Amino acid sequence: MTFVSPSLPAAKPRQPNVYVDFCRQQPLGAVSFVIIVLMMFAGIFSPLVAPYDPLEIDFASLLAAPSADHWCGTDAYGRDICSRLIYGSRTALVIGFTSSFVGSTLGAILGIASAYFGGRIDDWIQRFVDILLAFPLIVLALVVVAAFRKFTVGGVDVNLIVAIAIPILPRVARVVRSAALSVRVMPYVDAARAVGYSHTRIIFRHMAPNVVAPYLIMLTAFIAQAILAEASLSFLGLGVTEPTAAWGLMLSGNAADFYRQAPWMILFPGIAISLAVFAFNLFGDSLRDFLDPRFKV
Amino acid sequence: MKITRRTALQGTAGALALGLGGFNFDFTRAAAQAPAVKRGGNLNFAISAEAPHYDPHASDTYATLHFAAPFYSTLLRFNLSKFPALEGDLAQSWTVAPDLMSYTFKLHPNVKFADGSTLTSADVKATYDRLGNPPQGVVSTRKATFADIGSIETPDPLTVVFKMKAVNAAMLEHFASPWNVIYTAKDLAENPALPRTKINGTGPFVFVEHVKGSHVAGKKNDNYFKKGFPYLDGFKGIFTLQAAAMLNAVQGGQVLGEFRGVSPAERDRLVQTMGDKIRIEESSWTLNLLVCFNVDKKPFDDVRVRKALLMAIDRWGGSQGLAKISTLRSVGGVVRPGSPYATPEAELVKLPGFSKDIKKSREEARKLLKEAGQENLSFVLWNRNLAMPYTPAGIFLVDQWRQIGVTVEHKQSDTGPYLATMNAGNHDVAIDFSNLFMDDTSLGLAKYLSVTRSPENRSRSKDEALDKLYDDHMRERDPEKRKAIIRTFEKRLFEQAYQQPLLWWHRIVPTHKTLMGWKMSPSHNLGQQLEDVWINA
Repeated sequence: MTFVSPSLPAAKPRQPNVYVDFCRQQPLGAVSFVIIVLMMFAGIFSPLVAPYDPLEIDFASLLAAPSADHWCGTDAYGRDICSRLIYGSRTALVIGFTSSFVGSTLGAILGIASAYFGGRIDDWIQRFVDILLAFPLIVLALVVVAAFRKFTVGGVDVNLIVAIAIPILPRVARVVRSAALSVRVMPYVDAARAVGYSHTRIIFRHMAPNVVAPYLIMLTAFIAQAILAEASLSFLGLGVTEPTAAWGLMLSGNAADFYRQAPWMILFPGIAISLAVFAFNLFGDSLRDFLDPRFKV
Repeated sequence: MKITRRTALQGTAGALALGLGGFNFDFTRAAAQAPAVKRGGNLNFAISAEAPHYDPHASDTYATLHFAAPFYSTLLRFNLSKFPALEGDLAQSWTVAPDLMSYTFKLHPNVKFADGSTLTSADVKATYDRLGNPPQGVVSTRKATFADIGSIETPDPLTVVFKMKAVNAAMLEHFASPWNVIYTAKDLAENPALPRTKINGTGPFVFVEHVKGSHVAGKKNDNYFKKGFPYLDGFKGIFTLQAAAMLNAVQGGQVLGEFRGVSPAERDRLVQTMGDKIRIEESSWTLNLLVCFNVDKKPFDDVRVRKALLMAIDRWGGSQGLAKISTLRSVGGVVRPGSPYATPEAELVKLPGFSKDIKKSREEARKLLKEAGQENLSFVLWNRNLAMPYTPAGIFLVDQWRQIGVTVEHKQSDTGPYLATMNAGNHDVAIDFSNLFMDDTSLGLAKYLSVTRSPENRSRSKDEALDKLYDDHMRERDPEKRKAIIRTFEKRLFEQAYQQPLLWWHRIVPTHKTLMGWKMSPSHNLGQQLEDVWINA
């Protein structure tokens, strides 16, 4: 008599899917990612998505309340606030992403170089970083933007991007340096040095790829800071100028005169700024939790 | 000085006679409220822009005048209680020849400059020589208005005689111009550009300090030649470049007023929050914003492009909307709407840029741009970084030009670089201003003369036909014929489209009710010496 044991179907090994895993492990991060994607969509396809031209003045609809025609109401010039918010996402993303990218990338290079060379070079770089770190982000950005004259390329204010990128640089440099210090003592870096590779090759080919995780996290987190800085500078009259659609700018100017009469003039741009900052911050945090193995214990 | 009911009525009648319909300062109320003068105290007031330099001769922005006027005197000045009547300032008395070919001024004796030197007729001569014929490196903004002065004689230290080359019916008013402050001959001989950086006047106050980005301060001039004046011990003009900061300062009592003017919304906010503590005075304003094309730059050297851009602007529609949110209000030509020589609406609408049929006008504008090969025109609109009313004007123009397919980048800058850029001719198109202290066209039209005659012509145009019309109108004594010449001047100017008024302003001045003696007028250039201002604390 033979017993045949019932054969169970062989369990199919699960294919790791980074997106699904991220959504499962970081649901809030996934939600914030959706918000970011929506913002990017609105920014890229503004002319198709926005119901009106953001510059279109309509004196017949001054300070109109939210309605079917104007979902978020109109401002003191009768301009559609919803359209200006949609176009404003373009300004926020272009300035936010570019300045964060420039600041984080330069900061990462500086941080890795500082860790790699060590000694006196490390000392000098770190003291320079200390000086920059002594200033709060918005204060340093204010100084830079006030010190240099406005310079635009293709409608984008380069001066503003530089002003926001400079305060980001030392913060990223400090974090990346600490990650790069542990990479520097790895045998493969010693090996690369032993075979005579150039410093540039070692830094960019062997060290930089191993500090990408903190770099990406900082980059994402600083987009939020950069958006906030852009909005603050525009609010203070040092950022983009009217009639460009920008969220910070929508909170300043005659919004201060009419906000009692038309609270939607400040309500919707305020929500947009908060939502964008919240989404990028949360996404940055989720990315850190997801990528850093220490957080998986 | 007390205002009686009689002078009040005279003043009101005078104002009405000049067509100052919008000038609604209530003289009778002022007379009824006039309490006894209290001496002492320091006045803090707001200035919404910082002076680019200290020299009123070279300036046409109130930022310089509100800063410097308390330190200086002029020969004559406007009596704001009887505006536009004149009164002596440094001149104790004056006579005018019946043929208007000479003006003789007797100066007050023992007038001292801040450096201790005594004023003589030589100082007046040196000042007016500088105004009429500025030496190399010195700018006299209103140079054209002194072209009729032939010579200046000083028979004794207290007498000045101006001999005219030609009759100028408004010459006496020009002697009362708040910009024509008197400098010392010694300073000018030492360095004609010195007044740009040094203040040395005979005014009611003595310069104490200018802290850049913060304030200008003055203290009472103990040697002031008008005995008993000024009432105040000192003043501080605080630069409040942000409108919100200025409003907060007024509201909180850190400043007792802003003498240039605020927007209707700002007025409403102050009234709502301060109730009966704030005094609001309103008037029409001898001031307009101009659309100014730099004719030295392509494609603005092409009249079709300039004209097209002017024809795209819906002034009539814009004035209604902008009047609700800014100090911009009236549609007008080169002369202030409502004043005696102003072009009536029926005639104005026939001129380029003033049509009420904006659809048709914009179609024509598109055609002109196509003819000029500029269908995809894009340029930078240069503007002043002053919220009211420059920013609304910039936003409005960008939208108007967008509607004929023109792309405009709007750039705003602080007063100093804004003026420097335009004066150097580095702009494409700018929002300029025509800041007048009276309605007389000898002043108002001077801005449009060839740039060689008028440094304040920032379009840099040179047009002999306009120059001739200006000169002809100056000589014409018959009001109707004069009016006809002004109309021809205006038509030519707008046909050539070098520059054109966008809208005329409406003045709203908020002051604390404790501030006394300050007088409202249709010009924010007048009445800023502050000698008879006092605080009823």
